[in-house]
Amino acid sequence: MAETVDAIAEIIASTCNMDRATISAESHIIDDLGVDSLDFLDIAFAIDKRFGIKMPVESWMEDVNAGRASSDDFFILHNLAARIDALVAAKTAA
Amino acid sequence: MEFEAFRLVDQLEQLTLDPGRIAMRGTVPERSTILDAHFPGHPIMPGVLMIEAMAQTSGYLLLAINRARRMPFLAEVKEAKLRAFIPPGAVLSIEADLEHEGSGYAVTHGRILRDGKRVAEAELRFRTVPFPSPELQARTRAAMLGVGIPPGASE
Repeated sequence: MAETVDAIAEIIASTCNMDRATISAESHIIDDLGVDSLDFLDIAFAIDKRFGIKMPVESWMEDVNAGRASSDDFFILHNLAARIDALVAAKTAA
Repeated sequence: MEFEAFRLVDQLEQLTLDPGRIAMRGTVPERSTILDAHFPGHPIMPGVLMIEAMAQTSGYLLLAINRARRMPFLAEVKEAKLRAFIPPGAVLSIEADLEHEGSGYAVTHGRILRDGKRVAEAELRFRTVPFPSPELQARTRAAMLGVGIPPGASE
């Protein structure tokens, strides 16, 4: 998962023109890093392409908006990395 | 094309859903108040309308793929290149390829050709959302039919 965290951090740093050193596994992409929805569109595209997946961001947001999940579950870097790893594993197994 | 009505494509020429690819025809009007002003004595299609033509073409592709269930809204234009002047009366082929369909967004590559030569291109990114109003969905479906795309189009 550490590799996935690194890959996401690199994507965020280059997409949002941030110093990579300011991004950690505990960073919340929105609350801590201040990524807005347009930048997140670019980040989602880069992640989808990098890992060959389709992150179900809309269903994640529905869960957050309905109170079934916390945004921390999806937007803290190490949690996002775990979800990406699970999506990659599911795709590999299919 | 009808600049004043913001209609930048005329008719479907080719459509495949997998892979997502579309080609549409558009004829630049001979007369338009926009061409009167852009520019006096040297009328050419404004670059922003060239980008809009690629965006509308990409939009029709995305609508055909999702069967007019979700509306694409232009969110980003990247690497736009406007390579040549386009005069009144020019017949254009406006094409788009689906690069990626993500969750709530899509990415396309658009280009405009005149006499087989590429005159413009751009990478376009869209948010795709459920139609915000029944009126917009109905008008969008009507617009699709108007350019030759059945809203439930399959290959």
